[in-house]
Amino acid sequence: MNKIVSKEYLSDRVVKFEVEAPLIAKSRRAGHFVIVRVGKKGERVPYTIADADLKKGTITLVIQKVGKSSQKVCELNTGDYITDIVGPLGKATHIENFGTVVCAGGGVGIAPMLPIMKAMKETGNKVISVLGARTKELIILEEQVREHSDEVIIMTDDGSYGEKGLITNGVEKVILREKVDMCVTIGPAIMMKFVSELTKKYDVPTVASLNTIMVDGTGMCGACRVTVGGQTRFVCVDGPEFDAHQVDFNEMLMRLKAYDR
Amino acid sequence: KDRIAIPRVKMPEVDPAVRSRTYDEVNLGLTPELAANESHRCLDCVDPTCITGCPVEINIPKFIKNIERGEFLEAAKTLKETSALPAVCGRVCPQERQCESQCFYTLKLKKEPVAIGHLERFAADYERMSGNISIPETAPTNGIKIAVVGSGPAGLAFAGDMVKLGYDVTVFEALHELGGVLRYGIPEFRLPNEIVDIEIDGLKKMGVKFVTNCIVGKTISQEDLKAEGFKGIFVGSGAGLPNFMNIPGENLIGIMSCNEYLTRVNLMQAADPDSDTPVYKGKKVAVVGGGNTAMDAVRTARRLGAERAMIVYRRSEEEMPARVEEIKHAKEEGIEFYTLHNPIRYEGDEQGHVQRMLLQRMELGAPDQSGRRRPVAIEGDTTWLEVDEVIVSVGVSPNPLIPQSFDGMEVTSWGTIVVNSDTMQTADEMIFAGGDIVRGGATVILAMGDGRKAAKAMHQYLKGDQVEK
Ligand SMILES: Cc1cc2nc3c(=O)[nH]c(=O)nc-3n(C[C@H](O)[C@H](O)[C@H](O)COP(=O)(O)OP(=O)(O)OC[C@H]3O[C@@H](n4cnc5c(N)ncnc54)[C@H](O)[C@@H]3O)c2cc1C
Ligand SMILES: Cc1cc2nc3c(=O)[nH]c(=O)nc-3n(C[C@H](O)[C@H](O)[C@H](O)COP(=O)(O)OP(=O)(O)OC[C@H]3O[C@@H](n4cnc5c(N)ncnc54)[C@H](O)[C@@H]3O)c2cc1C
Ligand code: SF4
Ligand code: SF4
Ligand code: FES
Ligand SMILES: [Mg+2]
Repeated sequence: MNKIVSKEYLSDRVVKFEVEAPLIAKSRRAGHFVIVRVGKKGERVPYTIADADLKKGTITLVIQKVGKSSQKVCELNTGDYITDIVGPLGKATHIENFGTVVCAGGGVGIAPMLPIMKAMKETGNKVISVLGARTKELIILEEQVREHSDEVIIMTDDGSYGEKGLITNGVEKVILREKVDMCVTIGPAIMMKFVSELTKKYDVPTVASLNTIMVDGTGMCGACRVTVGGQTRFVCVDGPEFDAHQVDFNEMLMRLKAYDR
Repeated sequence: KDRIAIPRVKMPEVDPAVRSRTYDEVNLGLTPELAANESHRCLDCVDPTCITGCPVEINIPKFIKNIERGEFLEAAKTLKETSALPAVCGRVCPQERQCESQCFYTLKLKKEPVAIGHLERFAADYERMSGNISIPETAPTNGIKIAVVGSGPAGLAFAGDMVKLGYDVTVFEALHELGGVLRYGIPEFRLPNEIVDIEIDGLKKMGVKFVTNCIVGKTISQEDLKAEGFKGIFVGSGAGLPNFMNIPGENLIGIMSCNEYLTRVNLMQAADPDSDTPVYKGKKVAVVGGGNTAMDAVRTARRLGAERAMIVYRRSEEEMPARVEEIKHAKEEGIEFYTLHNPIRYEGDEQGHVQRMLLQRMELGAPDQSGRRRPVAIEGDTTWLEVDEVIVSVGVSPNPLIPQSFDGMEVTSWGTIVVNSDTMQTADEMIFAGGDIVRGGATVILAMGDGRKAAKAMHQYLKGDQVEK
């Protein structure tokens, strides 16, 4: 049982929680995630650790309501308890001074990008963040992103904020303008697929953080498997970050619909 | 003699037509009359060879004699002298390959062995239902902290023995529920959760502490454990990594590992309409493999409404590693057996949902290292099988979490932890290990035996340590 110490709406559908989890707060690094379960009949669902406060012993989760399980978490309030949280899971992000790093975050993917941006910046990289969303309302955490970035480019599909266009248009603009040494992308699978296709064209090494369906999150079930470079890998233990250019995004998109019928 | 003339008892079971629609336990257990009758068959041999067939050397004639005398609680006590979980082992041990294979009846009389497993289950259940469960006595606490990684049978057996010796034992479990494979793997129709719960409650009463949702090596590190004053660590982290066959189409929707399927149903209760966890309820379900896991999966699929529930196995029935009783039960429940068939490819529909699988017909060739005859493909002889769900149950590998995150232990190329087989001690002298993480996929009783052996050796190691200082 983990107590929720604060709750904040970042948009209609995106909620930020701070939750007591001292052991996880202590051992987590950028890129790690947790598995959360709400209620005795609840499902085990993965969420990235967006931040941690060692003094308070808390971790931050930013959760978008998409279906039943995410809805259930988002209905909880400050003072309520989350039935189970386990982590930190997955491999931490490989952080290094690459030079110039583009962080391409779409929708709720902006939240898990934050700790990566921060770590990249602290290691001496020039960080250019490109945020994309359908509309202004869905651009979350802009202030924190600005804090950890040298430059922020905002793209909205409807042009209601920043520039009108897709996230790929923003990334391409940067690549055409200056040398980019590394790109990190987190967001909906379809967006990561297009970012990956773009950076492949320009030979920019790219890492994508994959959000497959999971059950245990510890390598026990294989529900999270993806094909990377022709080989089957488990996202929860071998990832969640992989060389985007090697990922079979079409297969991943297909598998994400496994339980949609 | 009259004893020899008595026919072996038949376990009362639920009718196949009824049970293949429920999760209730298939075997009903022996009545006191049936048990007493079966106990008369035991010849109380001077040289009880049956004991040599039991990995933990239960005093079999003694406990059976207790049953014969009507002292059922005494029988349970005898079992508990050597076995930590008799209610579990009586149900899931492959007795036909262990104790019962070495019974005088089997060896010398060429008759059906004494039903040791059924009697063991009877005594343990009798004790449980009598409400007189004996909580073993524990030595006064010595305050020495011991950590256990994993709450499967290896970890539970180890924890039980250590707490009896007075140690301050904490079991760390990665999942949100306790019991390891006993909980998430073996289905309720074979091993009701209640049985596992009662065993764990017993350990709690004896003072064992349990911490769920805690992955050693991730949530807390080896250094953290040392810093918190743990003086000994037992690793019973199991063989949790599922194997796939790496054949074309294996990542199609509707194809999953046996672990995923059984975890959804057993741990997450996915068949319960109120559960948030989804599970496929295929109508034409193929399970690839011939072990206990495969039988559990195929019989679960049947219970979830499969019209055709099929086993696809590349060898013949004789080579199947599953318990004989599970194969029998499966057949009674209408499971179809495609033996000497091996999948080589899957195809799906436009949405990527599996539709059919290509099977290679096989024949048996010369024996391999395991002594079983090797299956060889019959060139060009293939057939398509229509399916809407496939469960891959072709073995598991050791859980890599501890080998990857701990220093100082030796690990084989298969990922198992190397131990001294007499003491279960690893290359790091404060760390002991046992069960599937040491053996690869094995059995409940072997895992328990390892846990007990490790407890004995760790106690000696820690005592020695105290004497020196
Ligand atoms: C490593 C990892 C980290 C993640 N981090 C976050 C995070 O920080 N914040 C956050 O809001 N979400 C995150 N996700 C996604 C989150 O787990 C899913 O949104 C959640 O499982 C949906 O559950 P649901 O029952 O609410 O929706 P469902 O009813 O199960 O699904 C609703 C829709 O979302 C799709 N979907 C299902 N699972 C996923 C998934 N894993 N990713 C994307 N789409 C999915 C389905 O196809 C369906 O169309 C992460 C996923 C992974 C694997
Ligand atoms: C479906 C199925 C049916 C079976 N049927 C039979 C049968 O009929 N008869 C029989 O004798 N055997 C059977 N077996 C095999 C038997 O269950 C195993 O051999 C036995 O459970 C091994 O015990 P263990 O304690 O080594 O590991 P497990 O039972 O696997 O338990 C390991 C536990 O450790 C936890 N863990 C792993 N890593 C960590 C970590 N880093 N930190 C914290 N916790 C961790 C896991 O979550 C798990 O709960 C079956 C197995 C399966 C899967
Ligand atoms: S523990 Fe298993 S092998 Fe030993 S006597 Fe009991 S059933 Fe037989
Ligand atoms: S070998 Fe068979 S008959 Fe003899 S003591 Fe053991 S169980 Fe009884
Ligand atoms: S979620 Fe089960 S193996 Fe990755
Ligand atoms: Mg869901």
